Amino acid sequence: MHGLTESVIAAACSRVGQSVLHLDRRNYYAGNWASFTFNGLLSWIEQYKNQQEVQITELEQVWRSLIDEGEDAVPLSALDSSISNLEVFCYASEEEEKEEEMKTPLSSFQPVNAETVSEEANGDSTEAHDTVTGDDTTASDAKTPNEEHEVSEPKEDQHTSDISEPSQSQEEKESQLSSSPADPPVEVQKKITYQKLVKEGRRFNIDLVSKLMYSRGALVDLLIKSNVSRYAEFKNIGRILTYRNGKVEQVPCSRADVFASKQLTVVEKRMLMKFLTFCLDFEQHPEEYQDYTEKPFREFLKNKKLTENLQHFILHSIAMVTQHTLTEEGLKATQHFLRCLGRYGNTPFLFPLYGLGEIPQCFCRMCAVFGGIYCLRHSVECLVVDKVSNKVKAVIDTRGQRISCSHFVVEDSYIRDEQRQSTAYRQISRAVLITDRSVLPSESDQQISMVTIPPLESSAPAVRMVELCSSSMTCMPGTYLVHLTCSSSGKAQEDLAPVISQLFHVSTIPGEEPSEGAEERSKPAVLWVMYFNMRDTSALDSSSYSLPSNVHVCTGPDDSLCSDYSIKLAESVFHHILPDEEFCPPAPNPEDIIYDGDGPQAEGPGFDESTNTEADKSLAEEEGATHEKSP
Amino acid sequence: MPLGWHGRVKIKSTAQQEEEKRKEKEKKLKAFVSARDAVLKKRSAGEHDEEALQLTRQLLSSNPDFATLWNYRREVLLHLETLREKDEVQKLYESELHFIEACLKVNPKSYGCWHHRTWVNTRLPQPDWTRELGLCDRCLSLDERNFHCWDYRRVVVKASGVSVEQELQFTDRLIGSNFSNYSSWHYRSTLLPQLHPQPAPDSFHSHRVCEEQLLKEYELSHNAFFTDPNDQSAWFYYRWLLGREEMISCVYVSREGERVSVAFSKPVHSEGLMLVLDGQPQQVEWRSTHPRLRHSPVWLCDLPPGSISDMSNEHNLTIHWTEKHTHRDCALYTGCAESWCRDSATNLELFRSELSVEKSSVLQAELQSCNQLLELEPQNKWCLLTIILLMRALDPLGHEKETLAHFQTLKEVDPMRSTYYSDLCSKFLIENTILKMEYAEVRVFSLSNKNLTTLCHLDQLLFVTHINLSSNQLLRLPPHFAMLQCLEVLEADDNAIENLEGLYHLPKLEEVSLRNNRILFSKKSKCFIRNCFSGVKSQCLVWPCFKDSVFFIN
Repeated sequence: MHGLTESVIAAACSRVGQSVLHLDRRNYYAGNWASFTFNGLLSWIEQYKNQQEVQITELEQVWRSLIDEGEDAVPLSALDSSISNLEVFCYASEEEEKEEEMKTPLSSFQPVNAETVSEEANGDSTEAHDTVTGDDTTASDAKTPNEEHEVSEPKEDQHTSDISEPSQSQEEKESQLSSSPADPPVEVQKKITYQKLVKEGRRFNIDLVSKLMYSRGALVDLLIKSNVSRYAEFKNIGRILTYRNGKVEQVPCSRADVFASKQLTVVEKRMLMKFLTFCLDFEQHPEEYQDYTEKPFREFLKNKKLTENLQHFILHSIAMVTQHTLTEEGLKATQHFLRCLGRYGNTPFLFPLYGLGEIPQCFCRMCAVFGGIYCLRHSVECLVVDKVSNKVKAVIDTRGQRISCSHFVVEDSYIRDEQRQSTAYRQISRAVLITDRSVLPSESDQQISMVTIPPLESSAPAVRMVELCSSSMTCMPGTYLVHLTCSSSGKAQEDLAPVISQLFHVSTIPGEEPSEGAEERSKPAVLWVMYFNMRDTSALDSSSYSLPSNVHVCTGPDDSLCSDYSIKLAESVFHHILPDEEFCPPAPNPEDIIYDGDGPQAEGPGFDESTNTEADKSLAEEEGATHEKSP
Repeated sequence: MPLGWHGRVKIKSTAQQEEEKRKEKEKKLKAFVSARDAVLKKRSAGEHDEEALQLTRQLLSSNPDFATLWNYRREVLLHLETLREKDEVQKLYESELHFIEACLKVNPKSYGCWHHRTWVNTRLPQPDWTRELGLCDRCLSLDERNFHCWDYRRVVVKASGVSVEQELQFTDRLIGSNFSNYSSWHYRSTLLPQLHPQPAPDSFHSHRVCEEQLLKEYELSHNAFFTDPNDQSAWFYYRWLLGREEMISCVYVSREGERVSVAFSKPVHSEGLMLVLDGQPQQVEWRSTHPRLRHSPVWLCDLPPGSISDMSNEHNLTIHWTEKHTHRDCALYTGCAESWCRDSATNLELFRSELSVEKSSVLQAELQSCNQLLELEPQNKWCLLTIILLMRALDPLGHEKETLAHFQTLKEVDPMRSTYYSDLCSKFLIENTILKMEYAEVRVFSLSNKNLTTLCHLDQLLFVTHINLSSNQLLRLPPHFAMLQCLEVLEADDNAIENLEGLYHLPKLEEVSLRNNRILFSKKSKCFIRNCFSGVKSQCLVWPCFKDSVFFIN
């Protein structure tokens, strides 16, 4: 697995001279941190649905034979069950674009009452989708592989009635694509069809994990410190928005925002600035908050006589904490936000061009530069544990090779339930939308917006939304890629669809436009949406597994906005493996590296000379793994 | 493989790297020096060829601040221009612009580059101003305070006829992204009077901007100083908004001296002053009341001998001030020895030199905003100061007590500037006293025991005959004191006056009392005092000692 944590550990180990072999059962980098082109994502969805546990038993015999006396085998899970409840709906017109153009005038003839009905209708239609796709969903759940075969059934219907079935499978799309004539050269700018999305699919970089980088967060610090930042480019998040009283509003957070804000009175401006200035060094003024240390931050804000407006902004959009968060934590969160302002722009956040999936890849790259070896579609069957020392001494890969190692770093999803002491993990609900315009159009249509959505009902989770513009290189021009994330209280769709229907226009019929004058018309239209749950194992630690001490389990992405958790975990695992080494010291400039020997190998830093198999044998490593070389 | 012993990458040591860097530097220096020598040699040989461009190019790209090389380049370009067709010239200069751009990346604040760029645009047959504006915008987005670029931008805007409106929007944008930017606010202050001038300006109500826009600008300033009351830029802009144009506040003419005195609301230069007597422009020499004052609120001139001395003639004078497109008339009637035309101190206009008179409800609202801010920020000096100014604009006498209290707070919260505040407070007290005097219609000015630290508005005391400044903290009688052309009696006991420079040429002075001051008694000062009073017909100076000095003149 090449999740962020594993990639950072691998890079850090490789950087200080450890041999690293990095294996992944997938055919792409970054694991659950990956980003995909639109077409890549469609394949990923298919893979997810087809995931099966078939050949395991047969293979078992192969590796059993490689275990010596005095050794135990600890099998790993071949199945990744970290993703669940995946559902996809398409609302873009699936008609060919020529027809589309002709259809446009028709929409203006829609009955006036359509606008009042539309919301209800949406709800109904969503349910309808549910039932149709229900099989897909359960079938794709890894634990019920037998139902998988039914997946194809609804597709056949689709061929006969495109319009009534918004959900589409990859094959079907492909078949449509191949059968359809080339797109007409002149396109109607505002209408984006499904075919267009597929055709422009390479312009998308759709992350499975949606996070931003605090400009003074652990990730940015590490990128700078290690010089890994040279492998990526970043864009500032342009604005922070919030959903409040049924409207999307800009949150004034920087000095310039406060100055320019039209929603705040001048007195509110002063109060806000004064409060924020206080937060910057609140530790210096304990008298201001000491009576509230045991009380919620929300109470403290009230006590400070901040207006409703300001309380909302600070609580939900600046501190980004819940109603129950205690005062000191709220102050710390606010302080962190403020300290990150102005380093790179008027908001505290950066986002990597081409998506967050770039970041693990950057670390993989550094790992490779210092000799790390990467194998995709190559997994580990089992660990070989020495009975006496109770340490992993080798692993056996899916090809039946035994590879010795001194440390084994692995992602949580590879661990079987038998090795777990605790399965107390949570879930993250995710939705990915492709929309046709911004939730808050402004002068510049090329801004990345972070949108905080407080719980719609008191029991619902707060939702975090990131709207990416095409200049972030994550979606095609004319569209926005919107990520919604919250900690799950149910299935992703249950958690997030209500929010989506508040903020976006979800049509009942693919390609349909909201009727003239409707409120819906001012909302961005959803062209395509994917829901899924991702397991959040961040609450687990080494005591949650019964594994040898030189096996280091990396938990997956957490539900927070930033990646600090994963970076800190990487650092702590690294220090566990190599207590005396520096974590990611700056990589030298290429011109400062001395190449020994005059041989041509000097050219390629690293791994050109060793083939995978060779490496597997001579170097002892594993899955996102590292080992000390014997002297 | 970069993996060495223990699998670690071998990296050059710091010493190694530094040695390499040093060698590199040395090499560069050598190349630079030899190229420079070659260029200078070529220049003295008068060679104006492509090679010269090439060589200077190399040098300037590493050091764009080498002014001589830019000069040489201009010589070469001017020469090449004569040899080429028009479209070739265009190309030549366009490539020059590209080159300058590269140099600006090396040093965005290079005087030489920006100057050369301005020059190139004047030579370019078809300058592309849009591109130049774009360049400025890019530069300013990288450094919004690069004044070189601001200057250049003004040149471009002027040459390309960008509308004032667009420019105002440009300042909107810059102020929006960071309002702590004097350049933007200042630029705005130059644009507003053009775009939204005060309708029908006259000499009595010359605000800078029409009221409707003014209100919008007030709001903008509020936004800035409520967001960050410690940022000065918006406060300065606000003060400018509240202020008003300089104007002629008084014209005084006396038959006896055949002299005209003109007073202004602020110290001004005499340039652009013109005197018209009975329809005839007069060639006159303007002088300030003291030779040291080049910037003075009062200017004097002598009329040609005999031009107004006949009491039986009536005369009409007009002072034109071309710089501000304003003028002031004064009539000298038959039988009158003197005449003046002025804003009366009791007229609401006077002393609003800091703040202009809006409809008082508007100013009242501004005062409320500021008081609101003061409640939130009781220690904010900018807010306190602005409140004082607003109070003065609204009702200086009515607010006198509050004003003094605010001054006290100001001195406490900003002790570094306590002297400034004392001076300012003195100024306001003097203004108030002048107002009271005017209401009482007397020519006696009494301001004792008020902690005055400075004297000002002496131009307003043009007609005062008696002045009492005792028991203050005055250090000197400043040169402006010479404006008290009618002064007969001066009392200034119990101060800390050290020099008497201001007692220069006061034609009517009869009695001076300077007990308990710190006047340094030296030959020089005696001499000075004698000189001062040399114009007085008969003098009797008595100074038993400077602890107790009284001068009786006449």
